[in-house]
Amino acid sequence: MTDKIDHISRQKFMEELRRYQRGSVTRRHFLGVTGLGAASAVLGAAMPGLMPRAAHAQSIGDRVVLASWPNYHDPANFDSFAAESGATVQLNVFGSNEEMLAKLQAGGSGWDVFVPTNYTITTYVEQDLIEPLDLALLPNYDPASFDQRFAGPGTVNGTVYAVPRNWGTTGFAVNTDHTGGTTPTSWKEFWDLTQTTFSGRTMVHDYQLTTIGNALKYFGYSFNSIDPAELAKAEELLLAAKPHLFAISSDYQPSMRSGDAWMTICWTGDGKQMNRDMPEIVYVLGKEGGELWSDFFAIPKGAPHRDAAYALINYLLAPEINAKEVMFHGYPVADARVNAILPAEMLNDPILYPAADLLSALEFGAAATLTDPNRAELMARFKAA
Amino acid sequence: MQRRLSTWLLLAPAGLWFAVMLVLPLCFVVVFSFGEREAAGGYVPAFTLAQYANLPSRGTAFLNTLTLAPFGTVLALLIAYPLAYFLAMRADPKWRTLLLILVIVPFWTSILIRSYAWIFILGGQGLPAVIAWLGFGSVRLINTPFAVMTGIVYGYLPLMVLPVYVSLERLDKRLLEAAADLGAPPLRSFLQVTLPLSLPGVATGCMLVFILLMGEFLIPAMLGGGKVFFIGNALVDLFLQSRNWAFGAAVAVTLVLIMLVTVSLYMWLMRRMGGVRDDVALM
Repeated sequence: MTDKIDHISRQKFMEELRRYQRGSVTRRHFLGVTGLGAASAVLGAAMPGLMPRAAHAQSIGDRVVLASWPNYHDPANFDSFAAESGATVQLNVFGSNEEMLAKLQAGGSGWDVFVPTNYTITTYVEQDLIEPLDLALLPNYDPASFDQRFAGPGTVNGTVYAVPRNWGTTGFAVNTDHTGGTTPTSWKEFWDLTQTTFSGRTMVHDYQLTTIGNALKYFGYSFNSIDPAELAKAEELLLAAKPHLFAISSDYQPSMRSGDAWMTICWTGDGKQMNRDMPEIVYVLGKEGGELWSDFFAIPKGAPHRDAAYALINYLLAPEINAKEVMFHGYPVADARVNAILPAEMLNDPILYPAADLLSALEFGAAATLTDPNRAELMARFKAA
Repeated sequence: MQRRLSTWLLLAPAGLWFAVMLVLPLCFVVVFSFGEREAAGGYVPAFTLAQYANLPSRGTAFLNTLTLAPFGTVLALLIAYPLAYFLAMRADPKWRTLLLILVIVPFWTSILIRSYAWIFILGGQGLPAVIAWLGFGSVRLINTPFAVMTGIVYGYLPLMVLPVYVSLERLDKRLLEAAADLGAPPLRSFLQVTLPLSLPGVATGCMLVFILLMGEFLIPAMLGGGKVFFIGNALVDLFLQSRNWAFGAAVAVTLVLIMLVTVSLYMWLMRRMGGVRDDVALM
């Protein structure tokens, strides 16, 4: 073995290790498919050697439990937070907002920080599951530097319950090796291709909001529709497409990367991560529209490590740390201070920052979809069919 | 009197455990199943049969489960029996312990991780690539019922092998010698001596695998690509996605009732078969 090969293999190894750390494949998949969202990535805690020295330890305790999404955090930033504050981050990743809400409703989640999406926050407030934030403890949060379009949903009835994390879109990723030189541009093409030349190669999320929402877009209805007649049309399409699907799963990166799947409903950062490694996989926003979303940091009622929760949120909102997160996961932020230090190629990337006409067609998810029993039952019929 | 007290004391931990961890939660589930879903998800106390009336909406999932569980059990038995027979009757005693350990070794790793490994084995760059390379054309294995069945048989095989092995291993070998002395050819002595005497192990193994398969949700979700929907998957979705606790409880109660009926029926059948064997022995 030459030195060069040795070097590459070592680098590859580190890449693999990072991939494992950032949202261990098995863990991620487990969460996606079982809906349990229970496995914790106790990265530091499992390895005493990585624990911060006692000299650094402050009064915030030795751990903070974070409930978030897969492929969404740079483990290096957790390491540096632990080194500075003495608190190790335990990450729980989830497949849907429904799952997060279900865990908090059941009680005893043990979470200190969670990352809800815009449309769910009013429900958390109504259910009394979320803590009003004490902004004095978050000096790195500067409301003036945030785009109100994405920061607004964190404030309910004048009280700030959540501060913005990232925003993004829900489009689809397609492997252009199989499209014969053309790239589909609409949800109509997405569902038509699925039932024809892409039969057996398409994945949809195991998530009612996006899967039903983008089936509604095929007919030009609202992504958020709860109108029974419109939902019936969407169901017809979903049932017709079902035999042609490769899988119903929110864990689509492994199958897209291995070539088993050619097309999938996809979130911005996953699209960016796949495109970065395999340029033939492109990210498309359906021209009919689809979802625009904004994620937030929030603290659940009864968080066991409240001080550490504020410390972690504050740490991750520091512009230079936040910029590192963006470089890692490929989701845009609404913080002007972060955008000021991001490299130009990131800011000009059409995956992260889509053209204005594509963006304006998108809708924010609506709270009604989260609790509408008809959408939930439709999803169950689709999966059972 | 003293003996009686010590019996109670010794039974107390298990009794308490069952009362708190099984009976009490089961009572909650039954109560919830007559309730209603809160608008934002959760449970509102009520007394209604609406949840039970809604059961047909999960008909497909029940049907899938009631097909998968018996089929998977029989398949596991057909594969496990020869293996257990070999281990108990034919394997060199020197190697037997090692071979038995090899059967158990998979349990040292989580079923989750082993199922994930199957995703790669059955995925496009795994077995299908080998099959294509050998010139047999392209096949799709992952996310098919075949993949689900493979994962299930793989996952539950040790649970079937071990009880069958134990009953075969304890079998009095002199009975087989006697059968041979009396002129029974090997097949006949297997059918009339070995097989009936191993039935308790077979019954235990089948029961273990069947009961676990009735609640299976992980393997179908992972190796079936979420397209193969069993009652376990329906339950996970009802509690963790749509947060419909009342309906979820009704589905769970129904599943428990179906299990009670099928398992009782099965035990009754086994006892009858055991009775028949006694008659034969008397003759």
